[in-house]
Amino acid sequence: MGQFIFRRLIIAVFVSLTVSVIGFSLLRLSGDLAHQLAGDDARPAQVADVAHRYGLDRPLYVQYVDWAGNALTGNLGRSLFTNEPVSELIGERIGVTLKLAIFSILFAAIIGVTLGVTAAVRANSAIDRGALALAVFGQAIPNFWFGLILIVVFGVTLQWLPISGSDSLLNFVLPTVTLGFTVMPPFMRLTRSGMLDVLNADYIRTARAKGLLPHTVIFKHALRNAILPVVSLLAVTFGFLLGGSVIVESVFALNGIGLLAFQSIVRADFPVVQAIIVFVSFAYIGLTLLADIVNAWLDPRIRLA
Amino acid sequence: MVALDNAVTDSTAEEMRWPSPFAVMRRRALHHRGLLIGGAWLLLMILVAVLAPLIAPHDPYEQDLTARLIEPVWGMGGSWAHPLGTDALGRDYLSRIIFGARVSLIVGFGASFISGLIGVSLGLIGGYFGGRTDGFVMYLVNVKLALPGILVALSLVAMFGGSITALVIILGFLFWERYAVVTRSATQQIRRAEFVLAAQACGASRLRIIVGEILPNVLNQVIVVATLEMAIAILVEAALSFLGLGTQPPTPSWGLMVSEGRNFIFYKPYLIELPGAAIFLLVMAINMLGDGVRDVTAPEGRN
Repeated sequence: MGQFIFRRLIIAVFVSLTVSVIGFSLLRLSGDLAHQLAGDDARPAQVADVAHRYGLDRPLYVQYVDWAGNALTGNLGRSLFTNEPVSELIGERIGVTLKLAIFSILFAAIIGVTLGVTAAVRANSAIDRGALALAVFGQAIPNFWFGLILIVVFGVTLQWLPISGSDSLLNFVLPTVTLGFTVMPPFMRLTRSGMLDVLNADYIRTARAKGLLPHTVIFKHALRNAILPVVSLLAVTFGFLLGGSVIVESVFALNGIGLLAFQSIVRADFPVVQAIIVFVSFAYIGLTLLADIVNAWLDPRIRLA
Repeated sequence: MVALDNAVTDSTAEEMRWPSPFAVMRRRALHHRGLLIGGAWLLLMILVAVLAPLIAPHDPYEQDLTARLIEPVWGMGGSWAHPLGTDALGRDYLSRIIFGARVSLIVGFGASFISGLIGVSLGLIGGYFGGRTDGFVMYLVNVKLALPGILVALSLVAMFGGSITALVIILGFLFWERYAVVTRSATQQIRRAEFVLAAQACGASRLRIIVGEILPNVLNQVIVVATLEMAIAILVEAALSFLGLGTQPPTPSWGLMVSEGRNFIFYKPYLIELPGAAIFLLVMAINMLGDGVRDVTAPEGRN
């Protein structure tokens, strides 16, 4: 187990380093960041001045080492637009994104796993086909469009729910359904196929032959084994939601880090953009590392392979 | 004796002959409802995109400020002059949706082709050579997975502009990891197969073995991934255009049309509903086609 964790940790460190380099250099790829900041009709002298002020005239690796060193001490620089420290900007808004991500993943996992179990137990029935159709829908529906349709139906026609802002929990209902529905299909498919595999296994037949209640067999014996891959899916999905909520945040005017990233990208506020990209990547790496360790702990076959 | 054998096989050939793998697949395909419906819709959309100038009733760019925000034919005041109504600038909505199919399909095919080239190459190399080479490929995949795709795409599009060429290249370079993972594991499974060892024994070069022996045998799985990635590329292009950083006005792109209709969401919802439905149906058709191809080529893996 120790060796397994150690090996995974080394990979995670290397991947994190690479991701931080990419996140850092991404907005510098175009080469004329200073030009962009100075404006279209700036004279060369002004561009050079801007480049010097933000240290953009130094070699890229010097800039990176400087930025990474500061970042390690918690200093992510200041926004070029509001002049606030980037760490404060992110801190103010991460709560909204985290709430949305947690609600959405709960929505997706609860509905997906329930549908998956039901579909597998009643394979090829109407319920199974209905669950599959729902999964196909969820995969194909553009989430910005789904959000707008929900706004039209529940916010405008029925007037049941608020359509923008993040003041109360009610504000999160429509965004959660929008985002949750689009990440639900993998939970349903994974649970269903896992359950189908397990339900045909010998030990399930034995459990049934012993005369255990179907309920006990399905939940105590089958689901426990079928649910293992869902642990990894939870980590991957949560990591995706942190960076993928930008569209839903924009549709429902939720002031999270997705919207902040989008606004900062539009105004070339590179200290904010690079910080968010690297932050979200690190969260993903940490989560998947955790999921691997949990999986290895749950299933010895993984850590001994 | 030989003659007798031949006679036996000949006489029973008609009823005993095993159908060729291709015939089996064709028969399965013709009985697969999802594959047929999905394939037919995709084909129809391709025809619409190719023939757009011939079938569109109006010029999609032509503004008519006296005919703004006309409802579709089933709405109040709608008429067959503009079957799906007009937008805020009086442009014919049906024509814009017809031309919008071009953007989605070009981006979908283009991006999934580029990411396919990258991902399949990496998967073949990693799966065939194994060891450190494979470790490096997996490291690249891990880096790619960790990066938030949509935020990176937004940043790149903000820098390089939202032309269709730029979108195809950017999305092509962003969504290759699934190709790599699937190709790699498929390659690992057949790397030690007898026909590969036979080619090695004949002295075939590694390149020849990879391209001539392994690639054709993993192609079915690659095609399934290709449909999935095409659907994702279409959704991401629509999302980027919706956020205003993808396809730029006045080009008719379905995502951009939803975004332009957003100001009229309260009293002209068809402006949002129609282009959104077009994206939804196209993506669903492609997914159904992909699921169907998987069922037909590898029914044992279905469940």
